[in-house]
Amino acid sequence: MEENVKIEAKDFFAYYGNKVALKEINLKIFANKITAIIGPSGCGKSTFLRSINRINDLVDGFNITGTLSIDGKNIYDKDVDVINLRRRVGMVFQKPNPFPKSIFENIAYGLKIHKMYKNYDDLYEKVESALREAGLWYEVRDELNKSAFDLSGGQQQRLCIARAIVIKPEILLMDEPTASLDPISSAKIEELIKVLKKEYTIVIVTHNMQQAARVSDMTAFFMQGVMVEYDETAKIFTRPQNELTEQYITGRFG
Amino acid sequence: MQEKKLINVIKDNFFPVAGAIAMFISLGVLFVLIIDVFKDGLIRLNFKFLTSYPSRFPEQAGILSAWVGTVWIMVLTALFIFPIGIASGIYLEEYAKPGKLKDFLEINISNLAGVPSIIYGLLGLQIFVYFLKLDRSVLAGALTLSLVVLPIVIVATREALKAVPLSLREGSLALGANKLQTILYQVLPSAFSGILSGVILAMSRAIGETAPLITIGALTYIAFLPTGPFTSEFPFITLAGLKDFFTVLPIQIFNWVSRPQKAFHANAAAGIIVLLVISLFINFLAIYLRIKFEKYMRRK
Repeated sequence: MEENVKIEAKDFFAYYGNKVALKEINLKIFANKITAIIGPSGCGKSTFLRSINRINDLVDGFNITGTLSIDGKNIYDKDVDVINLRRRVGMVFQKPNPFPKSIFENIAYGLKIHKMYKNYDDLYEKVESALREAGLWYEVRDELNKSAFDLSGGQQQRLCIARAIVIKPEILLMDEPTASLDPISSAKIEELIKVLKKEYTIVIVTHNMQQAARVSDMTAFFMQGVMVEYDETAKIFTRPQNELTEQYITGRFG
Repeated sequence: MQEKKLINVIKDNFFPVAGAIAMFISLGVLFVLIIDVFKDGLIRLNFKFLTSYPSRFPEQAGILSAWVGTVWIMVLTALFIFPIGIASGIYLEEYAKPGKLKDFLEINISNLAGVPSIIYGLLGLQIFVYFLKLDRSVLAGALTLSLVVLPIVIVATREALKAVPLSLREGSLALGANKLQTILYQVLPSAFSGILSGVILAMSRAIGETAPLITIGALTYIAFLPTGPFTSEFPFITLAGLKDFFTVLPIQIFNWVSRPQKAFHANAAAGIIVLLVISLFINFLAIYLRIKFEKYMRRK
């Protein structure tokens, strides 16, 4: 088990200014598993997720102590190249945020900025395979030059997933990826997430406990910045060890 | 059902009615002005008027040097304010760290937008005309006008950048794009139509400015044109025109209006029509570019 640890938090604290957002998180996330982080609003689950690709560095006053390692290397070390980190750790956001460009350009963007293609044919091939992987190819193959905004919300979100995976990250972070979608689109995304875990380590933050139960292998329950419980999903949802976890998953507070 | 109370009807309708009246008053004044100008000026407006130099005989006087001067100045001003204004806006909005320096710059840019343009004229006179020895040239005029309108472009650029949603930046950065790539490829294109609006506004202001140009010594009587930018010999382009003296439409109009002879007033009215047409043309061009760009962004 030990060598399969992909991400490891050790005594990880996060702060917004003086406000503590995460307290002493110790957590091992395993490679090629889907790990769900659940918890009530403001529990710090998004903060934790956004710490993994250091996108929270953009937030004024954000600060951390402790370590957060990927493959044993602390990503908050001074010598870490954030650009390269973010290339290896993709992210899908709560609201689909396609670029105001064509479908093709949306996917090609990552390849272009990292110069990850040889020629146009190669670029096209990679875009196509990412769209196939995201289950979007058959819907958009005839209109790659159309604006991404013309797609439905669910399609836009799958486009954002394709955009993230085209540069072959190792880890895929998903911040409530279905929160703004209808049930059918959500179901499609969930199916997709299950397929993607073969190639990627996936960490998904969700409000929706049923979703966590359906898609994830491991589940962590956060509350008020503390990780209350972390275990296999089946265990968390059937025999939670902590009373708070039980209360939360049975819907006694939310 | 309750009956409508008269007092509520009045309250509900007071502002829309007052607003509409205010709008019609200002539009009405503008309309009367335009009618008046057309009535006086249309008879003088013909091909000869556009292709003649000024003269002391009103019937022979034309507006050639003035409108060519205005076009020269406008094109150069646009060339200056576009890169400088946008770069300043990007720096202040995206790079400048919060602190004393940024506060200082921000306060000063807001202040500069309110400085009377004649002060810029004095500044231009000192810096461009005397210190840089540009003389009363087209270049000095364009640089001075650029100073007048740069704050408008900078403020508009900042507002446009501010309006770009955070989610777009995050989307780009999360893919491993660096800050410059994110700004150049995502933020700037999204903000571009807003920036263009600012530039249009700045150009509209610049085209009517008279005081700073008079201050730097633009002449009111010019019977020649700046050297054209194209030549028949290699490299087919010349910057010699930048050093030539010039006049612009507002100065020419001002000059004619201040003469006692009635016939010159007709010339002034015709000049105003030309100025209006050029200014409308710049506006239409900018709006056209903006729509074109928005379409391109959406790739329909």
